[in-house]
Amino acid sequence: MNDQIPEFVGPAIDWFSVSPLIVLLGGALLLLLVGSLTPQWRRGWYGLVSALTAGAAIVLSIFLWRDVSSSGAKLLVGGALALDHFALLASIAICSAVLLVSLVTSDYLAGENSDMPEIYALYLTAAIGGIVMVAANDLIVLFLGLETLSLSLYLLAASNRKRTESQEAGLKYFILGGFASAFFLYGVALTYGATGTTRLVDINSSLNSYITVPRNDTLLLVGVGLMLVGFGFKVSLVPFQAWTPDVYQGSPTPVTGFMASAGKVAALVALVRVFVTAFPSRADDWGPAVFILSALTLVIGSVVAVVQTDVKRMLAYSSISHAGFILVGLEVSSHRSSPNVGDGLTAIAVYVVLYAALVVGTFSVVTVVAQKSSDGAASLDAFKGIGKNNPVLALAMTVLLLAQAGVPLTSGFVAKFGVIQAAINVGSYELAVVAMVCAVIAAFVYLRIMVSMWLSDSTSSESAKVPLFSTIAIAIAVAVTLVIGVLPSLLLDLTSNFTQLASK
Amino acid sequence: MIASNAEVLNFPILTLLVVLPVIGSLLVALLSGSRPEWIKLTALVSSVSTAALSLWLLAVFKSGEAGFQFVSQHVWISQWGISWHLGVDGISLFLIVLTGILFPLVIVGIDPHHNETSYFAWMLLLQAGVMGSFLSLDLFLFFVMFEIVLVPMYFLIGGWGYDQRVYAATKFFLYTMAGSAFMLIGIITTVALAHRDLGVVTFDLVKIAEGAKFSTNTARWLFLSFAIAFAVKVPLFPFHTWLPDAHTQAPTGGSVILAGVLLKMGTYGFLRFGVYLFPQAAMWARPAIFTLAVIGIIYGAIAATMQRDLKRLVAYSSVAHLGFIVLGTFALSSQAVTGAVMQMVNHGVSTGALFLLVGMIYERRHTREISELRGIQHVAPIFAGVFTVVMLSSVGLPGLNGFVGEFLILIGSFGPARWWAVVATVGVVLAALYLLWAYQRVFHGEPDEANSTFKEITVREGLLMSVFVAIIVVSGIYPKPILDRIEPSVAALIQHVEGQTK
Repeated sequence: MNDQIPEFVGPAIDWFSVSPLIVLLGGALLLLLVGSLTPQWRRGWYGLVSALTAGAAIVLSIFLWRDVSSSGAKLLVGGALALDHFALLASIAICSAVLLVSLVTSDYLAGENSDMPEIYALYLTAAIGGIVMVAANDLIVLFLGLETLSLSLYLLAASNRKRTESQEAGLKYFILGGFASAFFLYGVALTYGATGTTRLVDINSSLNSYITVPRNDTLLLVGVGLMLVGFGFKVSLVPFQAWTPDVYQGSPTPVTGFMASAGKVAALVALVRVFVTAFPSRADDWGPAVFILSALTLVIGSVVAVVQTDVKRMLAYSSISHAGFILVGLEVSSHRSSPNVGDGLTAIAVYVVLYAALVVGTFSVVTVVAQKSSDGAASLDAFKGIGKNNPVLALAMTVLLLAQAGVPLTSGFVAKFGVIQAAINVGSYELAVVAMVCAVIAAFVYLRIMVSMWLSDSTSSESAKVPLFSTIAIAIAVAVTLVIGVLPSLLLDLTSNFTQLASK
Repeated sequence: MIASNAEVLNFPILTLLVVLPVIGSLLVALLSGSRPEWIKLTALVSSVSTAALSLWLLAVFKSGEAGFQFVSQHVWISQWGISWHLGVDGISLFLIVLTGILFPLVIVGIDPHHNETSYFAWMLLLQAGVMGSFLSLDLFLFFVMFEIVLVPMYFLIGGWGYDQRVYAATKFFLYTMAGSAFMLIGIITTVALAHRDLGVVTFDLVKIAEGAKFSTNTARWLFLSFAIAFAVKVPLFPFHTWLPDAHTQAPTGGSVILAGVLLKMGTYGFLRFGVYLFPQAAMWARPAIFTLAVIGIIYGAIAATMQRDLKRLVAYSSVAHLGFIVLGTFALSSQAVTGAVMQMVNHGVSTGALFLLVGMIYERRHTREISELRGIQHVAPIFAGVFTVVMLSSVGLPGLNGFVGEFLILIGSFGPARWWAVVATVGVVLAALYLLWAYQRVFHGEPDEANSTFKEITVREGLLMSVFVAIIVVSGIYPKPILDRIEPSVAALIQHVEGQTK
């Protein structure tokens, strides 16, 4: 019998194409191993190593970008991963989030007197998971990425051992996240049952190659639905959003920023890739579902945000409503008969990358402000009087909030404009109207924070000094927000061939 | 359609009109730390040079030409077919000049009392936005400017206003933003549909208006999406409720700018975008808009009569006056539209001046309650005299500027909108009623103790008001140079509308 087992031959691996992942892994191991074997490093060094690792991954991704520009998109590791502009831009967004969040975390942990290497290592492993997710061309690989990301996030959410809220957030996130993973995995299993493969590209060709008998299609659609539910939990679409405000509020603020940016970007991009690459032939089935999810998410996200009093909860709901906006782009991709169907992908990619910078910047400011407040919480009261005590910080926050509201000349407007334009180009007027109305409702939330900062009298007159690393992070985020807001061409130039996802 | 003056073509005068205030604003913000004494000077230099530039534009503007002059067009976002496209014609010319001269007057004439730096920075940014809105010939650029104006105005009302300022500022922001949300969808849809006719994606107003054909139903929907944004901005009844709050709570400078130029962005938008892009749909919507405008005229007048607060009274009078402007705009006869454009400027001057005067009263008495004021004529006759002239201009007394505009509007609307014009005429009478009655209560009678120390107008205030009075009188007696410049562009627009609707 033994001689009949053929020798196992692994797939050929283009090592350079996966180098961002390797660099991130190296950085994480360095922090964990060396960090645990050496005495406490000097202040700021853990964060710096993490930021530099992310920076190196960004640089490598840019090299890969040029490769893809010249030689086209391709599949890696025997078809497990895709290398295309869509994935690379999302990877860059995730790594940028790691870079900025590491800087902020470094100041934050120094303030809490508990700087430790584990947090940064977890950021880096989460980024690995995220990059695997956005590039995954195989549902199983996608699941691996999802779990790597999620497990890191559970630990990060609970990482503040001194606060019970943080423990609660971690546990809550863990239980509901596990629940979601189960949904997703069952969906994968059913899809496999219906199509006989887990490769996204192969699923599509198997669905197109023969006429499926009705029984199989039911299996498939249930599978797709379960996957949508799983993703819905991960990116907190309504009605799967209930955990989000609690977890966002309880987690340490920089971690919240990381979850809202990198975590969300990874899950959303993966969601989009799965549906656009694997199930375009069933777009008529999932299109309406996405339409409803998107509208619900937009409405609930923006309306419920209005009545919150804690800034982190407000931003949690606002991030829900942003996810609704991004789903509008996915809904666009379901209009297969329209010649403009590709606009959806481009709009999503632009939205995602701008949103990541925006949300990290916003949470960086919240981190600084909340840490100065007496109870460490980010209530609206903590923001009172910043306009007087620290006008530059307040101005930076104002720019970021206006961008979240989608005011012109900020990146937020560019992002929203792209999505709305895509929706209109395929004739989804209803969704465009819902999205714009919700943008106005959400604007009220940002105005409330601005009112607290500028128009309310301060409770204390002490000037909140912003630590160096946080200043850099906030400055970068604000710069991206304004530069892309005024000159969107810089980003739009890159997006010319987003619609070419890797398929072979 | 595009004509320009060859000798000044190379000088980007329109771009400078937008950029100068931005530079001024940045300078003010940057100087604040090192040279606090330069703040007001910088703001003044920046706004005065913008004013000089706008007056120079007025001087070199070729009267008798209908098309856009001094056109400046540069690619901005090539992927979306968006360009930095500015131009001026008879319809926008005087609004630009008004914007140019109103800001320095406000900056020199009214003290913010606290936080000078940010006040002036926001003011100048506001000026840039308003200038940009009036100059844009690109739908996207117009939207950007139209929307960006909200931010400085929000902070001006919220930061320097009165007791209910946060409520008023938020309401202002959200109302206007809700309106423009629909306009954004309208703009994108317009461009997407025009793409089929034009073969390229472009946000160029002139290209779309001259080249694209929309089916009747589509054009109606698109017109409505624009109309909501403009109706909120004007404000047209029943979208007006933000206005009295914003006006009453805004600082004097904010109110002057709000009434003077900001509301005109709505009426101007109706004319430049609504009517120009969708003539048929505009004709279709006329009866409804006439009705709302006339309701606004009567309702604004009655509400103004009932007010106890002098500033709120002026605010409601704005609702009535803007009803007239909208009536004239949609009458779409040459006279009525010319009158409406003229009246946009007139209302800016006279209501702006009224808000300044009310502000001066508040500075002295710290109240705007009409019942608290009495017999001011006795202690401050010159102040009362200035108030009289401005008020009569607002009432529309022949010989002053308000008459010219209202007269043209009513004559021009009598044909296309007879019964609406008849009802609107009642509004003229009501305007006399509420303003004269208010005047009587505030200025006549014997001053009581609190009012007997009312300070006479100061030299600075006098100089400030003399500019307004001069404009009111001169353009009232000899409006021909103004009308000569407005009319050709209006005639061209009417011709465009008639060509499209026949």
